[in-house]
Amino acid sequence: MAHEIKSPIPGTFYRKPSPDEPPYKEVGDSVAKGDTIGLVEVMKTFHEVKADGEGTVASYEVEDTDPVTAGQVLVKLD
Amino acid sequence: MGIHKLLIANRGEIAVRVIRAALDLGIATVQVHSDADADMLAVRIADEAVNIGPAQAAKSYLNTEAILKAAKDTGADAIHPGYGFLSENGAFAQAVEDAGMIFVGPSGETIKLMGDKAAARAQAAKAGVPTVPGSDGVITDMEEAAGLAVQIGFPVMIKASAGGGGRGIRIAEDAESFRKLAPQASSEAKAAFGDGGIYIEKVIERARHIEVQILGDGTDAIHCWERECSLQRRRQKVWEEAPSTALDEETRQTICASAADLARSVGYRGAGTVEYLYDDETGKFYFIEMNTRIQVEHPVTEMITGLDLVAEMIRIAGGEPLRHKQGDIGRTGHSIEVRLNAEDPSNGFMPFPGTVSALEVPTGPGVRFDHMLYYGYTVPPFYDSLLGKLIVHGETREAACARLARALAELRIGGLATTAPLFQALLDADDVKQNRVHTKWLEPWLETHGDTIARKMQTEGDTAA
Repeated sequence: MAHEIKSPIPGTFYRKPSPDEPPYKEVGDSVAKGDTIGLVEVMKTFHEVKADGEGTVASYEVEDTDPVTAGQVLVKLD
Repeated sequence: MGIHKLLIANRGEIAVRVIRAALDLGIATVQVHSDADADMLAVRIADEAVNIGPAQAAKSYLNTEAILKAAKDTGADAIHPGYGFLSENGAFAQAVEDAGMIFVGPSGETIKLMGDKAAARAQAAKAGVPTVPGSDGVITDMEEAAGLAVQIGFPVMIKASAGGGGRGIRIAEDAESFRKLAPQASSEAKAAFGDGGIYIEKVIERARHIEVQILGDGTDAIHCWERECSLQRRRQKVWEEAPSTALDEETRQTICASAADLARSVGYRGAGTVEYLYDDETGKFYFIEMNTRIQVEHPVTEMITGLDLVAEMIRIAGGEPLRHKQGDIGRTGHSIEVRLNAEDPSNGFMPFPGTVSALEVPTGPGVRFDHMLYYGYTVPPFYDSLLGKLIVHGETREAACARLARALAELRIGGLATTAPLFQALLDADDVKQNRVHTKWLEPWLETHGDTIARKMQTEGDTAA
């Protein structure tokens, strides 16, 4: 069943732990509950976004370094 | 060579502060802003505003080309960098001058010299200012450095020469950990700052943070007395005051004179701050670094001296010599500043951006509130959490504390969590009342008093409801 992972806070979304590292997840990767799918930077502090469901990454709804709002969908899982 | 139109290359409360100083001097103002800051207070009060790019600071407030273009397009003849962002970037200062404009601050060369921590340390030693026991400049030979660390005694701090804001620091407890941590610190510094240079300093336990405000015109320099900023969380200051009650008069004179000597030795131009650690037990003080910009905590100095430091730095940049002699800089009473951040102290200081749904600003004698707020303003999540600074002045430290308590009780910022309850709790702490604090005092105190702050916030919420 489809599941959406939303940003808990407003800020800037990052798909990678740091610019030189690979993304946490790619489309097609399997995701377990509690897996980190990205970071949100809010007021110069970084917060990991954890999956609150499980499945396979169908799409990333925002690009790396895009601004996001609280409650915005970041990732869709199949 | 006066300044006619000043561009402010910053945001938030410092942008508001600079615009006010410029307008008071009869200078026109241009405020640059990102997409996320189009409705900020500084944009509202400046004569003109220019959008310089997206929300990300790297694409707007740190974008030299966009800022210089905005200055040229609007006919600005000077740029004020505020604090943070490009304020201590020597290449930016140089680029502003190369574009035929005035940089409100020291020369690019001075910024580079004092920004290189190891070089600044060497310069301080040359000017006769005591430095923390440590290496002479950047370490090249790790074995030799390990020997030196043993000689000065552990714990030893390994610092990145190009670092800042508490980043790039390692503490070695013994020779073995030193041999492991020093190369790590060097490669981390290389990755983070593009410069792997490191130097070492003895760790001074239970030190106070004392800093001296200076003003220089490129030829002469004076000091405007000291501030104490010992209450820090994650190496960030949260509460600052002037003067420091920890210093006796003789030490105060010596430490302040040494800061002016250092500023004079580098031909310093503008407002700057020389930072020291002060060891209560031995009465010794040591230079740690110089900040070549206006600082967040400058208002406490303004409150005790009656100076407008931002106006002074703009005048100096415009070509005026220092208007005051050392003997003219008096001090009256005691001032305290607290930093109001959009953070929730009852939830690990979690950032709390949002919309200001109510605003009641404290006023009355001896109270000043430097801020970026207005009713209905939405604080964006993209920048630091500083909303403003509440500054009070009283005849004595006790009077200033009482006034701070009164002002905090009057302050209402609806829709956001702020650090105000932290300061209400600190005012009740005996160590704070007696000024028995040091740079490592606040964090352990927070661990044991977090509940008190949460309770205060609960009471506050009940009252508001």
